[in-house]
Amino acid sequence: MTQNLSIQSITAHYGSTKVLEDLSLEIAEGELVSLLGASGCGKTTTLRLVAGFLEPTSGKIELGGKDLTRLPAHQRNIGLVFQNYALFPHLSVAENVGFGLKQRGVSGDVKAKRVGAMLERVGLGHLADRLPGALSGGQKQRVALARALVIEPPLLMFDEPLSNLDAKLRVDMRVEIRQLQRANGTTSVYVTHDQEEAFSISDRVAIMHAGRIMQLDTPEVLYQRPANAFVARFVGFENLIPMDVVARDGAKITAEMAGGARITLSLEQFGTIPDSFILACRADGLAVTDNASVEGIPTKLGLRTYLGRAYQYQCETAAGHLLANGPLTRPLDIGANAKLVPVPEQCTILAPEPVA
Amino acid sequence: MTSKIHPALIVFTVFVFIFLVGPLVIVIGSALSNTTYLTFPPQGLSLRWFENIFAISAFRRTIITSLQIAFISTFIALLIGIPAAYALNRYRIQLPGWLSTLFVLPVLVPELVLGFALLKNFAAEFSAPIFLSLIIGHTLLVLPYVVRVISASLASFDFSIEEAAISLGSPPLKTFFTILLPNVRSGVIAAFILCFITSINDVSISIFMTGPGISTLPIQILAHMEQFFDPTVASVSVLLMALTVGVMAIVERTLGLTFLAK
Ligand SMILES: Nc1ncnc2c1ncn2[C@@H]1O[C@H](COP(=O)(O)OP(=O)(O)O)[C@@H](O)[C@H]1O
Ligand SMILES: [Mg+2]
Repeated sequence: MTQNLSIQSITAHYGSTKVLEDLSLEIAEGELVSLLGASGCGKTTTLRLVAGFLEPTSGKIELGGKDLTRLPAHQRNIGLVFQNYALFPHLSVAENVGFGLKQRGVSGDVKAKRVGAMLERVGLGHLADRLPGALSGGQKQRVALARALVIEPPLLMFDEPLSNLDAKLRVDMRVEIRQLQRANGTTSVYVTHDQEEAFSISDRVAIMHAGRIMQLDTPEVLYQRPANAFVARFVGFENLIPMDVVARDGAKITAEMAGGARITLSLEQFGTIPDSFILACRADGLAVTDNASVEGIPTKLGLRTYLGRAYQYQCETAAGHLLANGPLTRPLDIGANAKLVPVPEQCTILAPEPVA
Repeated sequence: MTSKIHPALIVFTVFVFIFLVGPLVIVIGSALSNTTYLTFPPQGLSLRWFENIFAISAFRRTIITSLQIAFISTFIALLIGIPAAYALNRYRIQLPGWLSTLFVLPVLVPELVLGFALLKNFAAEFSAPIFLSLIIGHTLLVLPYVVRVISASLASFDFSIEEAAISLGSPPLKTFFTILLPNVRSGVIAAFILCFITSINDVSISIFMTGPGISTLPIQILAHMEQFFDPTVASVSVLLMALTVGVMAIVERTLGLTFLAK
């Protein structure tokens, strides 16, 4: 029943403005992939293209090997869950859930049974006769979920389904969504702007920016090994230090940053290192030390904050403002001279950013 | 717990009530008078002036004509106005701003001018049949109300509901009838009633369009008053009100019921 989705080099325009550019995405059977990105980056547009509410300027969309690109929306058989629930206000909960079955010619007892069973699964059996207006936000989204699931679609798509719910419910609901999705093994696309939400429920996450996918990977890889500067910033890498290789010596290189500070990096640790690169890490990727004799980035320490597991320092360096952590055993004072030593396991090497 | 109502508000409400209901009482009273002239309070009660309406063939004919025109022009206006209002709201972002203004322009033009323009440029020019001219004139007259009232209903309609239905397998046209229309039902009823009342009471457009053999009820009332000052005009007004209320009730029930039946 479940099928793989293949989006191939899609470009899309609203009028003359390009909103998606050459976007490709392969989602395997049963996989849940999130589209994650700031508002306006083209997530909803991508869903609407797959759903058939928009036509791409160029490119192709296939579901289970079948070309969908020119198929009318009502023939695509895709389950949709919207941010604002989009329940039919004039129909009862049971009629809402039964709507898709009715379109498929399922009626009478069979329909009633399937609707009843689905409502039980989302815990709303007792509300079958209510109108949507008399439901809470969480209940509404459960009805919407049931309505999309009951037609057993080969593909489910969610557009920020939890954004209108309060924080506690959001966490409960996302677990529920993931469990239902796994139980049915339905291929799913999940749109959100909430990083925690995306990382917690997805098999893979596509980080989007300005109509492109910047990186598509498992949450673990995205979190630890972002592939470019944009994704690195997005997942919380505070330190991005542009560097140039000044010497190569077997398995080691020496690189220099703005201001002239030099560090040595092992190729064993980082693989190949291009002549020009960005050293990227979170605050725990730079260790603060007052030992002046070690190799590192010289700095004057700024504000110190207590994190529980470490002290964190605001550091002014010749290469700009950096964030670094130091041990709890040796708190250092504001204004002290110190060195920042990169911790190789916590650092990653990125290609330099193209000059805009 | 009782909340205190300011005495001035009571007085105000009473005045509004008198102002609204007073004319009605006078018209109904005069219609029931047994005199041969229009008077209030009625002297002697009788239904003879109601009988008189049906004795005069011009009244019989114009009542039918007015009802026909009101129904047909309202129907056409709904047929044009609902899709227009839908398009204006659904594709608001893509459409130029002045387009929605276009549909309300007829309201801004004095009806007399509209009537005269229609007469001169359409009815006279093409020597169009009177009945057709009346239908066209009245449709133009009521169309802006449809667009306005339905637009107001659609303004709060979330179009993703429509997309939800389509994604579940309902073709777009079917979705329009099963999902969109039921959700603007009250708007459709309001538009129908507004159009019907406007059309059936219209004088300023009809006066230019009517001609030999065909007239509308309000025009016939005018004509009758020029010659007679008997209570027939009052009784025919009461009849007109009764008809309108009757139509409103029927529309409420049938539209309400058909939409509720799934
Ligand atoms: N109907 C529309 N007409 C014109 N531009 C639109 C329309 N819908 C969205 N856009 C633009 O397309 C871009 C992508 O929008 P969208 O896909 O909705 O972003 P997201 O869902 O990621 O917030 C945005 O810049 C937005 O302003
Ligand atoms: Mg969106």
